Amino acid sequence: MSLIHKSAAELGALVAGGEVSAVEVAQAHLDRIAAVEPQVNAFLHVDVETTLGQARAVDARRAAGEDLGPLAGVPIAHKDVFTTVDMPTTAGSKILEGYRPPYDATVTRRLREAGLVILGKTNLDEFAMGSSTENSAYGPTRNPWDLNRIPGGSSGGSSAAVAAYEAPLSTGTDTGGSIRQPAAVTGIVGMKPTYGGSSRYGLIAFASSLDTPGPFARNVMDAALLHEAFSGHDAMDSTSIDAPVPSVVEAARNGDVAGLRIGVVKEFGGDGYQAGVLARFHETVELLESLGAKVVEVSCPSFTTALPAYYLIAPSEASSNLARFDAMRYGLRVGDDGTRSAEEVMALTRAAGFGPEVKRRIILGTYALSSGYYDAYYGQAQKVRTLIARDFEAAFHQVDVLVSPTTPTTAFPIGERADDPMAMYLADLCTIPTNLAGNAAISVPCGLADEDGLPVGLQVMAPVLGDDRCYRVAAAVERALEGRWGGSLLSKAPAL
Amino acid sequence: MSTETLMPYDEALERFEPVLGLETHVELGTASKMFCGCPTTFGAPPNTHVCPVCLALPGALPTANAAAIESTIRIGLALNCSIAEWCRFARKNYFYPDMPKNYQISQYDEPLCSDGYLDVEVDGKTVRIEIERVHLEEDTGKSTHVGGATGRIHGADYSIVDYNRAGIPLVEIVTKPIPGTDRLAPEVARAYGTELREVMRGLGVSDVRMEEGSMRFDVNVSLMPRGSSEWGTRTETKNVNSLRSVERSVRGEIERQAAILAGGGRIFQETRHFHENTGTTTSGRSKEEAQDYRYFPEPDLVPIAPDTAWVASLKAALPELPSARRKRLQQEWGVSDLDMAAMHNADAIGLVEATVAAGAPPADARKWWMGELARRANEAGVPLSELLITPDQIARVCAMVAGGALNDKLARQVLEGVLNGEGSPDEVVAARGLQIVNDEGELTAIIDQVLADNAAAADKVRSGKIAAVGALVGGVMKASRGKADAGRARELLLEKLGVSE
Repeated sequence: MSLIHKSAAELGALVAGGEVSAVEVAQAHLDRIAAVEPQVNAFLHVDVETTLGQARAVDARRAAGEDLGPLAGVPIAHKDVFTTVDMPTTAGSKILEGYRPPYDATVTRRLREAGLVILGKTNLDEFAMGSSTENSAYGPTRNPWDLNRIPGGSSGGSSAAVAAYEAPLSTGTDTGGSIRQPAAVTGIVGMKPTYGGSSRYGLIAFASSLDTPGPFARNVMDAALLHEAFSGHDAMDSTSIDAPVPSVVEAARNGDVAGLRIGVVKEFGGDGYQAGVLARFHETVELLESLGAKVVEVSCPSFTTALPAYYLIAPSEASSNLARFDAMRYGLRVGDDGTRSAEEVMALTRAAGFGPEVKRRIILGTYALSSGYYDAYYGQAQKVRTLIARDFEAAFHQVDVLVSPTTPTTAFPIGERADDPMAMYLADLCTIPTNLAGNAAISVPCGLADEDGLPVGLQVMAPVLGDDRCYRVAAAVERALEGRWGGSLLSKAPAL
Repeated sequence: MSTETLMPYDEALERFEPVLGLETHVELGTASKMFCGCPTTFGAPPNTHVCPVCLALPGALPTANAAAIESTIRIGLALNCSIAEWCRFARKNYFYPDMPKNYQISQYDEPLCSDGYLDVEVDGKTVRIEIERVHLEEDTGKSTHVGGATGRIHGADYSIVDYNRAGIPLVEIVTKPIPGTDRLAPEVARAYGTELREVMRGLGVSDVRMEEGSMRFDVNVSLMPRGSSEWGTRTETKNVNSLRSVERSVRGEIERQAAILAGGGRIFQETRHFHENTGTTTSGRSKEEAQDYRYFPEPDLVPIAPDTAWVASLKAALPELPSARRKRLQQEWGVSDLDMAAMHNADAIGLVEATVAAGAPPADARKWWMGELARRANEAGVPLSELLITPDQIARVCAMVAGGALNDKLARQVLEGVLNGEGSPDEVVAARGLQIVNDEGELTAIIDQVLADNAAAADKVRSGKIAAVGALVGGVMKASRGKADAGRARELLLEKLGVSE
């Protein structure tokens, strides 16, 4: 088996054992990137020399006897919202075209220290606003399963890169489903950790109270290894939780669901859900039951109001977070011809630098926070948020985890929902409640929909700091289904 | 510039009653900024005390400075406020080039401290100023607008921004409306500012250097016709940077508003700028066209929840507050209300206290600071504290006078020498040869000469008009260039003339 088809854990072991060098592993992936990028467009930035330089440094550290972690020498692709000192960081926006940050995000710094080699920066919906990666200012990324379809979003470059074997691991951020939904529609594993479990320092903010960095991988164990490598308290992020990282690697290894209480969320299903998605979901629930889990139906009535609450809270925070892109200190500057005021240059720059979806959300958020509307919109949305957290709390008194389809449908064709924001927003129907409550959830492949042969994801939701439960259930599902399929779901994808 | 008419103050006060309100910004003296680790020292080269956080680079996040929160709580406690058990920062959103994030992290409807008061003394009366709130926020960068007539952004050729100040912790102290000050409104405003500054100094939370902008006032004034109980529309004069200007801005605004109201006009709610040179204000931006700040809770920071036991321990450890200290010192020094008030107004209490601590008798310490030194400070146009002389040096001069080595006249010369930078009191005495003449031989020779030169006066004394000896003593002092001990000279003169008292 070629290097690019190996798991991250295998690659780490090979490098640790001296069987291959980090440079060889990096080169194999760079070759793959060169071969398939013209079709996939997962990356915004690839810099062969920088990557090989990092790989050489890892080999040198190992040769010097440095004790590196299990992922040292393993390549990774970072969503282009994490700052990197040696590569540009654009957030998929023209307003940051060519911007080179002077500091590393905590996530990138920790992974660099753990010896992971950065292959490049991946495409995304501009400022992580979208569910298809079509909102990138640098063109859409394509789904390796069907190049005419979306790879999900906003972390679509990261999901596509892993699904296309361009990288064994990637990072993403999940604000309303931006890791889980792309993972589901590309047939890979994607995890949204507990809010505050992974540091936001150096993550270009979309919605501060929701943004959560998390891992993508082709299997549950690799995701857990990556999760563990970048997680943990960070003094630079005030909202970071000062508690031990849940033992996710142990849980991924364990994968035992016997006696586990699993709740099926009653509200997620029915109208608007693709039949093939529901079929795979129900089969998987039965599978879990057959593995010894106790399955019950649980009602979370407030989840149906999550979507509108999210589309008030997230744009409100975004309208303020994106105010800093004003042409004064960095990034694009338009109209500075010596005749215009600073205010005019700010306005011209923002008009030219932000795409339509970003503008839509800034306007929405500005309106929702305005004097006289605050209570009716932002204030009301915060109350809904409290109700959702209470629904989760009540549910987790009855069960250990909740399950649902990750998304109502499989990957939709590029362009299909581009002009219909509401249809696009529905892609995150099942993932948003977790963001609003701040708890943990994972998406793991559970089969292909009958009608289109495209991947379906199972979402497993756990309480705050119960991230290990997500991995435990996901590992059980993966083990049982791969036994049935005779390999990973991704091995059924058409070759690129 | 203003061409508005003013109504003379006395007339304005006959017709209208003022209502005041003061917002004070105090830069805290913490070692690092409010939300990052950058230093806060004043005067560094532009844009050297900056980092990804205070420059608002993409991805950077704030973390709250615990020392600043502690200082704010101590200020709240000193101002008799309630301390919130749980509160949040909020974002105040508006675009301006000197504010890197284009929002300011401040507090909105959940201030750290609320509902307190500060007693100030004006004209022998105690006036209680109610405090609405004390909250914590961050300062902006400093813009300099180059070119154009006004020094403001509109009309400038270009502007430059120094972000060293961006993110320095700033405490905002807001009073409730202050009615009932009547014609003392300007003095009350100034007394409040003075007292507040002393509270800050006593707490050691800020250097409160007004000339460096580390303490600045926004002054709200409205007028209502005599006999009315309905408050008028207020104006807000921004960034008033000295205590004297606080007083003048209130007075000027009363005179301006009175003229408008008396002429049938109306006052617009607006911000105004104070002009040091004229003592008047001009219109800034109108509040009616002001921005909607779209406050919402800051999601990047966790709520502040001060432990009640910790707050109680901070309260117990508060230093003696200025008003209590003044009462104690007044008793210790045995001075009148009037003298104490004079020292307070001259900002001399701390100097006198330090001089007493260095060994000087209180009466002497007070005499020098409020007399000779106050005169010199006044001449030089500087506050007492900026004179180039220390309380220790004053105490040394007092000791020399008490020991008979100097008399008052010589002591003044010593002080002059010290102020001129000629060295310590002992060095000045040595360099200028300012010893009292204690050599009886030299003194006797001078006395003989004075008696010879003033025979008429000598005869008067001999004939029993002892009072005439004063002229002779004066002659001795003059001839000795002040170095003689006047008491001893008088004794010797009377002895020589064969007269006893």
